[in-house]
Amino acid sequence: MRKIKEFIIEKLILICGIASIFFVVLIFLFLLKEGLSVFNIVSPFNFLFGKSWYPISEPPQLGILPLILGSLLVTLGAAIISIPIGVGCAVYIAEVAPGKIKEILKAGIELLAAIPSVVLGFIGMVTLVPLVKNIFHLPTGLTALSGSIMLAFMAMPTIVSIAEDALYSIPKTYKEGALALGATHWQTIWRVMLPAASSGILAAIMLGIGRVIGETMAVMMITGNAAVIPQSILAPVRTLTATIAAEMGEAVVGSEHYFALFAVGIVLFFISFIINVTADLFLHKKQ
Amino acid sequence: MKRNSHRAQNIAFFFLLMATLLIVVPVGLIVVIIIQKGLPAINWQFLSDVPRQGMRAGGIFPAIIGTIYLVTGAIVFALPIGLLAAIYLSEYSKDNPLNRIIKLAIINLAGVPSVVYGLFGLALFVIFFKFGASILSGSLTLGIMILPIVITTSREALESVPQSFREVSLSLGASKWQTIRNIVLPNAIPGILTGTILGLGRAAGETAPILFTVAAFYLPQLPKSIFDQAMALPYHLYVISTQVPNVDEKIRYGTAFVLLALVLFMNLVAIIIRTKFRKKKKW
Repeated sequence: MRKIKEFIIEKLILICGIASIFFVVLIFLFLLKEGLSVFNIVSPFNFLFGKSWYPISEPPQLGILPLILGSLLVTLGAAIISIPIGVGCAVYIAEVAPGKIKEILKAGIELLAAIPSVVLGFIGMVTLVPLVKNIFHLPTGLTALSGSIMLAFMAMPTIVSIAEDALYSIPKTYKEGALALGATHWQTIWRVMLPAASSGILAAIMLGIGRVIGETMAVMMITGNAAVIPQSILAPVRTLTATIAAEMGEAVVGSEHYFALFAVGIVLFFISFIINVTADLFLHKKQ
Repeated sequence: MKRNSHRAQNIAFFFLLMATLLIVVPVGLIVVIIIQKGLPAINWQFLSDVPRQGMRAGGIFPAIIGTIYLVTGAIVFALPIGLLAAIYLSEYSKDNPLNRIIKLAIINLAGVPSVVYGLFGLALFVIFFKFGASILSGSLTLGIMILPIVITTSREALESVPQSFREVSLSLGASKWQTIRNIVLPNAIPGILTGTILGLGRAAGETAPILFTVAAFYLPQLPKSIFDQAMALPYHLYVISTQVPNVDEKIRYGTAFVLLALVLFMNLVAIIIRTKFRKKKKW
């Protein structure tokens, strides 16, 4: 009797063990099931590189290039801001900060990671957006720049915590060797530790960028949502994620618009898949 | 030469400090602003009343209740599956290709954009299973989303139980499952609890996955069953800050305050459990 019970439990454990694979495949299949129909109306090339996104005009124009460029622009801006600051902060926490302060800083970073994106979006709307508007004398502060700044903050906790782990996992002998040869602490960090941790730091950056590309609510609230090819970082843009979030509520189930939004989801799924797999390869190279 | 390299070090450390402050100071400011402007809006009426006058007055009670339902549903789904998956990874799996694929799947599950979870929930639960936009659909969607958090933290907790504990139990004649249930799990409970609470906090704050699966724009009564739509705090904050014009600042900040307080409280509890456990650890 006990044998049977344990047999059942162990099978259940195995099933749950492979549940993650099942769910990833399920997500992918259902995106395909709903999204692939769009390619009966528009070719994959015209979908990805079409310059106009007018999903509810007659006939609908379903080119997502403006959305891809919007996502790229906002992500690029966020990367430029968050990479130096994030890696710098990770080095400071791992190497420079004294014990007590280190714990406080780490708690601060964890706090930032915990703030819901809709709260960050709200705070961005009431503080950052008017600031950008006034500094650059713009008709609206809802711009790609505002989005980049806000998203940089959402990427930083990821970058800091993973880069910090990478710095910790360098063998102590590397550091001691460099210091024993007469290098200053900074020379040791710059010439020995950063190169030794480079693949981990690269993974940290990639995962941070992955977070930015997938971020939805904050970006929808502060980038202005204009689905046109962006001309400048001071103009409103619309990202892939915001398009789904803003339009799916109105899309009729089974319409071209509905299929197209799922196809945008497929694009996002692929991007995050590639980023996560590559980042994982970098993390494993380290060991 | 020596002096130069020391000056370079001072300059470099100064910039590192600046980078750190550039992150930590705004975080502090965000929290302070929300507390300062949100706290005055909080009173019993705001917490216990339904929204009135097109959400421009009244309270946020249905949104609080909706979020509690959703979060409960998500954890009821994610905890058993996540815990068993963690047991598989830490106690049963060997270093083989299947194990590699499972780990990769977990990483990908954690990386899928939240709005894509929304699409998935819409396609699978709302339309395919015909649950409609309901608490059930929303909870299941959120549950799958927090699965990686529950698995990863539970696995770490299980793996931190020393191998010798297992060996002693097995050598006394206990079976593998008895060892897991009586020896490994009890010692890993604080870590599992930490992961569960972190998952709860994440589920409470997410908006995009519930947009098309459950969230009601304005629903001044409480849901009666798991097949009803419900309001939720994060979606309510989104609605009153972007979709409804002329909402009093106080209501917006008040809602943001309640949501932030809820999420940070859960994280705080998780951190406290973790620190207490680390101090008490005897091995």
